[in-house]
Amino acid sequence: MTPPTTPPTTPPTTPRTSRRTVHSGGLPLAVFEQGDPEAPTVLLVHGYPDTHAVWDDIAADLARDHHVVRYDVRGAGESGVPADRDGYRLEHLAEDLFAVADAVSPDRPVHLVAHDWGSIQSWEAVTAPGAERRIASYTTMSGPSLDHMGYWLRHRLRRPTPRHLGQLLHQGLHSWYITAFHLPYLAPGVWRLGLARAWPRVLRGLEHVTPRADHPQRSLRRDAVRGIELYRANFRPTMGSPRERPTEVPVQLITLTRDRYVGTYLSEGLERWAPKLTRRTLHAGHWSALLEKGATVAGMVREFTARNEPGSADAAAGGAPALDDGRLVVVTGGGSGIGRATALAFAEEGARVVVCDLDLAAAERTAELASLIGPAAHAYRVDVSDGAAVDAFAQTVAAEHGVPDVVVNNAGIGHSGTFLQTTEKEWQRVLDVNLWGVIHGCRAFGTLMADRGQGGHIVNVSSAAAYLPSKALTAYATSKAAVFMLSDCLRAEFVGHGIGVSTICPGIVNTNITRTSTFSATSSAEQAAKQARAAKLYARRGFPPEKVATAILAAVRTGKAVVPVTPEAKAARLLSRLSPGLLRLAARLNIT
Amino acid sequence: MANTTPAFRYTERDLARFRETQQLAYHCAEQVAAWIEPGVTERQATAELRRCLVAAGVEDFFHVPFAWFGDRTAFRHFHTPLQFFAGNRRLEEGMPYVLDCAPVVDGYTADIGYGGKVGENRIWDRLAADLKVYRELILAEVRARKPLDEVYAAVDAQLAAHGYDNRHQVYPGRVIGHQVTRTVTRGPAGVNVFGFGVRTLQTLGRELISERLHGRSPLWADGRSSRHAPTPGLWAVEPHIGFRGVGIKFEELLVVTEDDAYWLDDDLPHVRRWTTDATTEQTAATEPSATAPHAADPTATAPTALEATR
Repeated sequence: MTPPTTPPTTPPTTPRTSRRTVHSGGLPLAVFEQGDPEAPTVLLVHGYPDTHAVWDDIAADLARDHHVVRYDVRGAGESGVPADRDGYRLEHLAEDLFAVADAVSPDRPVHLVAHDWGSIQSWEAVTAPGAERRIASYTTMSGPSLDHMGYWLRHRLRRPTPRHLGQLLHQGLHSWYITAFHLPYLAPGVWRLGLARAWPRVLRGLEHVTPRADHPQRSLRRDAVRGIELYRANFRPTMGSPRERPTEVPVQLITLTRDRYVGTYLSEGLERWAPKLTRRTLHAGHWSALLEKGATVAGMVREFTARNEPGSADAAAGGAPALDDGRLVVVTGGGSGIGRATALAFAEEGARVVVCDLDLAAAERTAELASLIGPAAHAYRVDVSDGAAVDAFAQTVAAEHGVPDVVVNNAGIGHSGTFLQTTEKEWQRVLDVNLWGVIHGCRAFGTLMADRGQGGHIVNVSSAAAYLPSKALTAYATSKAAVFMLSDCLRAEFVGHGIGVSTICPGIVNTNITRTSTFSATSSAEQAAKQARAAKLYARRGFPPEKVATAILAAVRTGKAVVPVTPEAKAARLLSRLSPGLLRLAARLNIT
Repeated sequence: MANTTPAFRYTERDLARFRETQQLAYHCAEQVAAWIEPGVTERQATAELRRCLVAAGVEDFFHVPFAWFGDRTAFRHFHTPLQFFAGNRRLEEGMPYVLDCAPVVDGYTADIGYGGKVGENRIWDRLAADLKVYRELILAEVRARKPLDEVYAAVDAQLAAHGYDNRHQVYPGRVIGHQVTRTVTRGPAGVNVFGFGVRTLQTLGRELISERLHGRSPLWADGRSSRHAPTPGLWAVEPHIGFRGVGIKFEELLVVTEDDAYWLDDDLPHVRRWTTDATTEQTAATEPSATAPHAADPTATAPTALEATR
């Protein structure tokens, strides 16, 4: 066997990696340790067909302030090889994990980080009864629990909605290799006959991983052939008759957006099993997450372990406000209405929220409420129609809070008036806020997001008026239709950066937009009366902004492109596609 | 619009009796609040409240005592009026609660609401402090003799500025308040129909009809029937505000005369709490502190105008 090599990327301050052997179930496991043994222990579990070496970058980074422990799982690298297929069963793999944890950190629970098959077997350990006593936190990438998967499949087969069927089909197409691995001779033969030699090229071509000298490991061919037994020993028995496996351990799920093997929707409903779940997203592929974006992953792990160290302030807080889920959300026009409701909804999920508004006092009030139910929030006074001001705001946010993961361009004003009534000044004001505000927001924050390269999501609040023409809303509808089209074009461009774009078309929602709306060709007294009338109509409709906020959160979660919210907005959208002529006729109605 | 303004018909002696009844009700609520602890159910709390009131000499109830725990204080998921009645919800650490009772002594009625919490609850603290704004706002608007539906709308505007929900709109009739008179009926005491005492219903029914004839309503809501200047008399006013799963209210008697208005009594638990909060905040403010910019509480130091007009 070859001696373990110290990763070449290791900074000089990091102590050398030391190796020891831990025996579990009669097999010797090769365990590698680095970093200060007094620091919190992080246990890294690799997947298939890797060894502990796949963690080199992340281990070196984490070793600065953690006791980092890696091991080769049974059958891989320098560890012992089970005698038969039964030796690859999940229960043995979980026993190995606990054996290593007990050996390297007998007195304190460990923080677990796992990838691919390492994640699948770690789930087995994390969902074992009483696991929370030995495991302080669990960060999982690209490897669901097979039991949870079993329930996921059952649920979709029992309720075969088009969406569920689509998910089943998609995951089925991406799991072809699992079937192939169950066929005798085929997979081992392919690995032996050349796939192992071609693996670096596969990683480079399909996974965009830069070739490096020490990867893949020299034992790849052997590891890959033996590891096939992982699939054969576990998939059918576990997924066929899944067990109920909940866990109390805090779980951080890092979804890799470019993962070819594990669909993002596999984690839908995971909260049922892991109530203390934190979801994060990384714009990376199955292997590039570890081999190209090690520093980012290490950063996410570091934040999560810090939060879940026993005795840390967050762990002691005990639930009242939501724990920081690591997301940063910016909401424009966050002082009232949909903006405030959206900011609060994100805060309630644990996002750090930054709100801006023309009315600083209102924005501060939103931040105060958000801080009551979630992580500390912040407020700024920004006029979104002022491009330089929005740029400065984006720079301030980046400097003080980081690059946002979600930006909601919500600030907008209402205006009513026919074309001939609407003055140039009124046109300018409506377009400045409703259209230019969104343009400035997308440009300033989109640049930050693209430069960071971790993806993100932009939500542009348009309106049902975007596809529902009306002679009385010419300027408003025009501005909102422009936002609609802007979002469609932006989506096509930003998909390459992993940045999603959603267009929200709320409809008639009970907010103070009616109180600030302006009306062309009216005296101020008439205007006040019209505002009051509109406010009354909107209040009677009674659709709360909180429901729009829920729709916005769902759009960010699912990446939905266009979201009409109220029933009338949905009906109008349907009509605009079925019979636009009818809507053009209806546009002649006098609605003010 | 109202054509005749009825005269204020209560003597100082009457007002003193009303004040006594209100004190008695709040005193019992405080006793129950001191007794209450995690594990107690809503039913047990209302039974204790009733026992306490009866022991203090209460013979009839305007309505049966209510207790709401947890997110029921904000009337979340209330679909039927039956859900107002005390249930089996158990109090847990950190939960808010609201006690509401309306004892009648010798025909003098009080109707009070008492909000509390067990353990820590930051949302409740914020709501409890902000409730002060509503007490001042309502009084100022009624003093200005604004129509009652406009006062209601002003409260709604303040709620929107605060980012809270109007929870009194969940009460039957969306009422923020109702008139209270001295009951002088002969129905059986202590018997209730749908939670309201039989004598209450008699009185209320008569009031509804007679006030209707004058274009007024003894119920104070946001509709057309409240589009009249405040009627002289006694009003039990109950702004109920909520945020997320936490609700809080006060309910006390507002005295409306022909040309003025005032709260019947300022010596009440919530008012005392604001006073002590203000003094502690003032002492705390003199020391340099590194707390968040939002920690400074504008409502505690600079009370009304700014907040109320936001």
